[in-house]
Order: sequence, then structure tokens, then C-alpha cells
Amino acid sequence: MNDRRLENMIGHLLRAGVFLAAAVVLTGGAIYLAHHAFDRAEFHTFAPGGPDLRMASGIVQSAAHFRGEGLIQIGLLLLIATPVLRVMMALLGFALERDRLYSTVSLIVLLILAYSLMFMS
Amino acid sequence: MWEFTAVIWSLSALAGFLGALTGLGGGVIVVPALTLLLGVNIKYAIGASLVSVIATSSGAAAAYVREGFSNIRIGMFFEVATTVGAIVGAMLAGCVGTHALAIVFGLVLVQSAYQIMFKAAPESAAPVAPDALASRLRLNGSYPVGGESKSYGVCNVPAGFGMMFGAGALSGLLGIGSGAVKVIAMDRAMRIPFKVSTTTSNFMIGVTAAASAGVYLHRGYIDPRVAMPVMLGVLAGALLGAKVLVRARVRTLRIVFGVVIFALAAEMIVNGLMGRI
Repeated sequence: MNDRRLENMIGHLLRAGVFLAAAVVLTGGAIYLAHHAFDRAEFHTFAPGGPDLRMASGIVQSAAHFRGEGLIQIGLLLLIATPVLRVMMALLGFALERDRLYSTVSLIVLLILAYSLMFMS
Repeated sequence: MWEFTAVIWSLSALAGFLGALTGLGGGVIVVPALTLLLGVNIKYAIGASLVSVIATSSGAAAAYVREGFSNIRIGMFFEVATTVGAIVGAMLAGCVGTHALAIVFGLVLVQSAYQIMFKAAPESAAPVAPDALASRLRLNGSYPVGGESKSYGVCNVPAGFGMMFGAGALSGLLGIGSGAVKVIAMDRAMRIPFKVSTTTSNFMIGVTAAASAGVYLHRGYIDPRVAMPVMLGVLAGALLGAKVLVRARVRTLRIVFGVVIFALAAEMIVNGLMGRI
């Protein structure tokens, strides 16, 4: 395992994650538009949605009922997970290289991300 | 609704293309496009922008990595600063008026754009001697130039770290990737080659944006109806932009980048003065 191979693996993993997220978002978007294609688009005033669009548990429930908006949010959660996965992969790679300095640095970044993602649980 | 979706998708594809080409991320272009052209509330625009930033970064990563420009150790080390900054910024956004910050930052960016366009160090300049801290952190690296591997040194690490914290705070505050500030920190302050700076920045903005995504989603800034076409459009544009970047000449890249920074500066100052940010 060297840096070049590690970066390559991470790059491919990220792209796969983004394509998966895009496929889910596209599916959700198609379901949403099938029901709402001719609704008026009004986004001038800000009104935060309910917990089904703002909290991880609510989003999962909404998507489980095949609601378009819930599926889009699931796709976006997958997208948000790709950089987190990248840091995890880097941590694993640095650990395999027995690089203590950069294993520690990666772990710190991962803990910071975990802290911030707790806001929506 | 379908026309709205189609228009947002098209604008986002253009933003993603420019974002990947310059290392900025699509966010700085998506926000004014949605708010100024389509009258979308800035909170929805910022939420969708944050999502687009992650799509740009992760979607283009594989293409950048294959060319061997980005430096994963530089990226990871400075992500400590950008992620902490992003959380601080996202929290500040809820309780601090951001007009003044936007104006001040816009002025700083005007100066930076000027430097990048008119006072650019030639690409063939001798590599700088790395300072002791950069060597201890093993930040120095090499990148391909005309089929050969060329090594480079890194200097001014503490200043760069501080600027990266600022870049993260701005990202969390405004829902942009703030790739511009990251590139300035690497290219101008730490003397990292421009192509390494832009590609490493593109790699970093996704992790930075993920750090404020939790706060944004919780606040309801990420609306699925707006974020869906933005994410899909930016992704398509970013993949195309990454292909063009590898062939683009550095001189051209600097000019494109400078013009985009100027546009970003004008956007921030005008929005700040009008109290829209």
C-alpha cells in the first residue's frame, strides 16, 4: 500500500458513492415530479420543512414510504457520507502504511465530522 | 415545477463546470444564480449550494487523482482547520449578522484576484525550500510535469493553517466550498504549485462542506425540491470540468480563476451592502 494506490482507491470510491447518490436523487426527483410537475414553484419565502425532511430518522421513514422528497433526502445523505467515507478510507490506508502521524490526523478529522453530523440525529 | 427544475438544472451544470475548472466548487456561482435570477430564498440557495459543493468535490476526485496532482497529506492535515472552521461558521451563521463579514471578505478577494492575475509567479520558478515544520509533517510532494515527476516544497504552514480555518468558517457561514481561499492559502501563502493547489482544494471542499451539512439539514436549509436539480446539474458539469482541467494551461487557469474571484468578490460586496447575506 502506497500513497498513489491509496489515493486511487479513494477516488474511485468517491465517484461510486456520488453516482449511487445521484441515482437515488434522480429516482426521488422522478417520483416527486410525477406527482407535482404542474405545481407552482414558490421558494421566495423560507419555511423549514418538517422533521421528515430535516432529521435522519424522519428522512428514512419518508423514503421507506417511497415519497419522492424523502428519497431525494436519502440520496443527499449518501452524498454527504462520501467525504466522510473518504476520511475513513484515508485513516485505514494510513494505518496500513503504519503512518502514525497521518492516522492520528485522519482520526481527528473523522471525530470533528462525527460531532457535526450529530446535529441531525 | 418542471420548468423550474429544468432551469435550475441547466444553471447548475454551468456552475459545476466552472467550479471544477477553477477549484472553487459550484457554490459561489449557484447561490447568485438562484437568488438573483430565480428569486429563490437565499437560505434554500445556500443549502442547495452546500450539497453542490460536495457533489463537485467527490464527483471530480477520481479524475484528479488519476493525474497525480492532488496531495492527500496536505489535504488531510489542513482539513483539521477547515472542518473546525466550518462548524464554527455554521454556528455563527445562526446568531451573527454576516453583512460586514461578507463586505470585508469581498475586499480581500478583490486583492487576491488582482495578485493571481497580474503578479503570478512563473510556473518554471525554482521550487521553494520547505521549512522545518513542513518537512516534519511530510507535506512536501511531487507532481507530473511533461511526463516527469517534479518535487515541490511547502512553507508558511502556520499562516496557511490559519487561513484554512478562515476558509472553513466562510464555508459554514455561506454554504460555499470557499475553494478560492483554500487555493490562495496553498498557492500564495504556502507556495504550493498552482495545479496541486486547485486539485487538492477540490478534494478538501467536500470534507469541509460535510462538516456543516448536519447543521444545515437540521435547520431546513436543504430543501429536496431545490437541491435535487442543483446536485444533478452540478455533478454533470463538474465531471466535464475535471476532464478539461487536465488539458488547460496554467496561465489560462490563473486568468479564469482571477475573473471568477472578481465575480465572487462583487457578489459578496453587493449582497453585503444590500443586507442580503
